[in-house]
Amino acid sequence: MRQRVARGVSRWSEPIIEWTIRLCGWSAIFFVFSILFFVFREAAPALTSGLSLKEFFTSQNWRPDSTIRPQFGIVALLAGTTSVTLLAMAIAVPGGLGAAIFVSEYCAPKTREALKIVIEFLAAIPSVVWGFVGAMVLNPLIIEATGAPIGINILNGGIILALMSVPIIMSVGEDAFRAVPDTYREAAVALGASRWQIVYKVLLPAAKNGLLAAVLLGVGRAVGETMAVLMATGHAVQVPHSLLDPVRTLTATIAAELGETVEGGLHYRVLFVIGSLLMLMTLAVNLAADVIVKGIRGRQDA
Amino acid sequence: MPDAGVFTAGAIQRRKAAVDRLVQVVLALVVAAIVAPLVAIVTYLAIKAWPILSWRFLVTNPTNYMTGGGIWAPLVGTFYLVLISLAIAAPVGVLAGVYLNEYAGDNWLTRAVNLAVVNLAGVPSIVHALFGVGAFVLFAGMGRSVLAASSTLAVMTLPVIITSTREALAAVPRSFREACWNMGASRWQTIRTIVLPNSMSGILTGIILQVSRAAGETAPILFTGAVFYVAVPDTGVRSFLPYGLWDRCMALSYHLFILSTQVTGVSESLQYGTAVVLFGLVLTVNLLSIALRVYLRSRRKW
Repeated sequence: MRQRVARGVSRWSEPIIEWTIRLCGWSAIFFVFSILFFVFREAAPALTSGLSLKEFFTSQNWRPDSTIRPQFGIVALLAGTTSVTLLAMAIAVPGGLGAAIFVSEYCAPKTREALKIVIEFLAAIPSVVWGFVGAMVLNPLIIEATGAPIGINILNGGIILALMSVPIIMSVGEDAFRAVPDTYREAAVALGASRWQIVYKVLLPAAKNGLLAAVLLGVGRAVGETMAVLMATGHAVQVPHSLLDPVRTLTATIAAELGETVEGGLHYRVLFVIGSLLMLMTLAVNLAADVIVKGIRGRQDA
Repeated sequence: MPDAGVFTAGAIQRRKAAVDRLVQVVLALVVAAIVAPLVAIVTYLAIKAWPILSWRFLVTNPTNYMTGGGIWAPLVGTFYLVLISLAIAAPVGVLAGVYLNEYAGDNWLTRAVNLAVVNLAGVPSIVHALFGVGAFVLFAGMGRSVLAASSTLAVMTLPVIITSTREALAAVPRSFREACWNMGASRWQTIRTIVLPNSMSGILTGIILQVSRAAGETAPILFTGAVFYVAVPDTGVRSFLPYGLWDRCMALSYHLFILSTQVTGVSESLQYGTAVVLFGLVLTVNLLSIALRVYLRSRRKW
């Protein structure tokens, strides 16, 4: 009798709980689509009310506040994002992958654990603190070292972004190296290969897809970063000519200008268009990284 | 000496060993070049902030147009944002993790959910801010408020909780579940009585990480609820409950941003002090999660 009562309760409560769990599980999909939907929704009216896409993608003139004729060309902003990201990757890819090789192949387990904790700390530092370090600490150092008039420039932002992207490149890279079966290493050792020869001739080719994914995720991180580049790369909207030029990125432009715009105005909507562009860019990068990583898994399972 | 050559290294071996040592040194230097800035930054910030750091600094409100006093009002604001975003993200995230590990089959839907989680984590923080403006501030009619900012932070930090919950559940051996099923327990009963208790601390690690992420983020709260200045009572119960759900609030990360870029005449020690408190808060929370993880690993029964 008691059992029947208990069963009756679970007959009602269990499906409710299980469906709640399912809904929460699917919520991630819901959120991704609602981000797309709400950002596009605010952006879309710009396309019908005066934003010329040709000008948007080809003009270097970003003059949103001009009373005569506001111009919304993002070439300079794209150049800003690209230059800072390239510099950051030039530092962070060798650094992150080198550290991944060291951690996965060269060091003792104790050192590995310690290093991973340090890297975790590096990843935990808030981006506004990174920006602060760029603006307050790195800025005078760069002025002193290079004689540039302002130390808040591509170089500064690139270094800060590199330090911010190293953790993700390193951890995904290390996963890629660890995913290479030990039998590969054993076979190479049996042939008399040194550790570096194993890394260079065996592991790098075998882990190449995972490493590519690591680099892509690093790029995604660097392109999407906002506060640090806002504070460390300066405010000049221009196509840079040297590493010491200040630039402004796509993300920093949204952060710097959205607060001053009129809600529903063209400037406001164009900032949402830039947001949509950023969203699509990072979606593409993440999907590519996912396809590459899944590709490896699929092959290993087979 | 006819046979001695067999045991002494030839020119090729010697070169191989030399290259190997060289590579090891270079990689160790790369790792040092990543770790050194972290140590340098932490030390430098701490030294610069030392004169101002005191209990008084924490519990005093900003005074004289932000150029004096302490950081009580933004500190309380950050606690508000973290707690409310946690209250939203934790249940959804944990249940989503349960879904992915316990319910989801090996099909396209699961793959889509996993992909959505990865992409949600990869969306730039400034795009989350735009989403917050479009969805919570405008569409849901929350206006710029604690609630809108916390909801934005919750969506942004959801993937942290989902992935760590999933990993924590996956670490519970299948045999535990099978034993429970064999006793006639349903799926939900198994999860509630066996899987969740055995993975609770792993789930907790993810929740702690969410706290650290939410506390440090600036971009998502820029346009959704953070405000330059709020007059908060200095003493009494009201000083602990200064913000309502529909009010805007100050936040430590945003406070650091405006102290270092928007306000003039702020003393250096005030800026560094704010940076160190934010940084210290995030690192302490992270340390907690790492300590929990190490402790767990040491006492894991299986």
